[in-house]
Amino acid sequence: MPELIEVKNISCGYCNFPVLKSVSFEIKDGEFLGIIGPNGSGKSTLLKSLSHSLKPRQGVINYHDKNLYSITNTEIARDFAFVPQDTVFNFSFTVWEVALMGRIPYLKPMQKESRSDLEIAQESMRITDTLKLKMRQINELSAGEKQMVIIAKALTQEPKVLFLDEPTSHLDIGHQIKILNLVKELNRNKKITVIIVLHDLNLASEYCDKILLLSEGAVNKIGPAQEVLTYETIENVYKTLVLVHKNPVSGKPHILLLKKEKA
Amino acid sequence: MLFILLCASVLVGISFGPTKLNLSELFSSKNVVILHLRIARVILGLIAGAGLAVAGVIFQGILRNSLAEPYVLGVSSGAGLGAVLALFFNLSMQFLPVTAFLGAGLTMFIVYAIAKINGRVSSHSLLLSGVIVGAIFSSLLLFFVSISPNEAMHGITWWLLGSLQVSEIKLLVGIGILILIGICVAIYFARDLNAISLGEDEAHHLGINVELVKKILFIAASLITGSVVCVCGIIGFVGLIIPHAIRLICGANNRIVIPASAISSGTFLILADTLSRTLIPPVEIPIGVITALIGGPIFIALLRKKQKAHF
Repeated sequence: MPELIEVKNISCGYCNFPVLKSVSFEIKDGEFLGIIGPNGSGKSTLLKSLSHSLKPRQGVINYHDKNLYSITNTEIARDFAFVPQDTVFNFSFTVWEVALMGRIPYLKPMQKESRSDLEIAQESMRITDTLKLKMRQINELSAGEKQMVIIAKALTQEPKVLFLDEPTSHLDIGHQIKILNLVKELNRNKKITVIIVLHDLNLASEYCDKILLLSEGAVNKIGPAQEVLTYETIENVYKTLVLVHKNPVSGKPHILLLKKEKA
Repeated sequence: MLFILLCASVLVGISFGPTKLNLSELFSSKNVVILHLRIARVILGLIAGAGLAVAGVIFQGILRNSLAEPYVLGVSSGAGLGAVLALFFNLSMQFLPVTAFLGAGLTMFIVYAIAKINGRVSSHSLLLSGVIVGAIFSSLLLFFVSISPNEAMHGITWWLLGSLQVSEIKLLVGIGILILIGICVAIYFARDLNAISLGEDEAHHLGINVELVKKILFIAASLITGSVVCVCGIIGFVGLIIPHAIRLICGANNRIVIPASAISSGTFLILADTLSRTLIPPVEIPIGVITALIGGPIFIALLRKKQKAHF
């Protein structure tokens, strides 16, 4: 598989405080990459710089062998879509209007959506199971339904890479699984590359092909779940005691939290 | 339907006034002055109303706050200060709109410059700097009014209350053009404004150059507000309630909200002005009083009805 995104030695941060320090790694086309790490380790900052929102102060990110930050906003929005943790809606847009916003990168100002634009939005709503909410107002929906609509908007962009920043942390387990199953399906069937920040180590273990563990702004480990999620690594990075065993169904590592603090 | 309402209100606005005339008398040659005055007022009402509503929609969108109104960022204080300074230095009355406009423009420039941090202007800092600059300029305004021996200064408060009196046709044409440009810009960027009102990060990920679009829309809204304030004073409430009412009826999509608010707000202001002239002739009630007294209850009724529908 060819390299899709190449991160070379990037340092990143706000004001004079560096959050990421010389981070390098590669993402292959069609991969499902999970980014994990303790609070403040730089997960969101890394996701931002990968998704064309925060230019690194040093180093380069290449997308298709081209400097990511030399590509225009509109061009990149046709390839990249972003799903944040939660979205606050101050205005009463309908679900349909929100989903249709995903076509903005393809439209000139004043240009009316064509038939195919409408069909793409319709299809994204079908995939995310939000068609039944079509004419409802977005701010009347539950957190889980809202997140599904946001994913529908992202899919309407017809992305090649989907970024998700802790998309399930406000949701119940039913919705967590529903959303991650959907993302996995998109990854498999539509060959969309997925880059997702997750807090829940067990979800990361179950769903991600590859896991990147960040610690204090640097890559601690990167690789398949079995290699990254070992009890030594987790105890070291998170400073807490855990027990790692095997999920009897999937065979992936499963992390149990222990009450006693690490001595 | 909005257009029919607008046409009807134009007719009403022209046919009623403190001097009672029926239509045939009005169009006869001896009353041509009154006819012209009324037509000018109706036109001013239309463009000022449309402008205020569109400026309101823009500020609400870029500040992501449906309670923002055209004056929220201190434009009115700046314009008032400009007007007061013109009087203070005994400039002729015809310069008053010019200095008021300059005052408004300068205020918006200062507000924007203060809010700009590292090349980015967050809606939060924009709101804060607007409120503070507005407060400083209002104090300066009061300061100049209180130290001035000039009697005309005390009329300034009256001027600020708002009126659709037209002093000069040239002025009317001038602000008409500026406001029209502002409205066209708003319609052009309506889709981008939709995305920005979801959140600036969201808009960025949809390929929008957020800072640039915000700057353009900010200038457009300031231009509109400055134009309206320098001729009509402060007509409150219109820029807040009309867009809000339109959203309650037609939803939040700015591609509909902007033109619909412009038309209905124009209609509303023409009717309010007609009332302000005819209710207790020959006294002219400040139009801001009328807009608040009529608009408020209608708005409350709409809000209550909408909320009931939820439960």
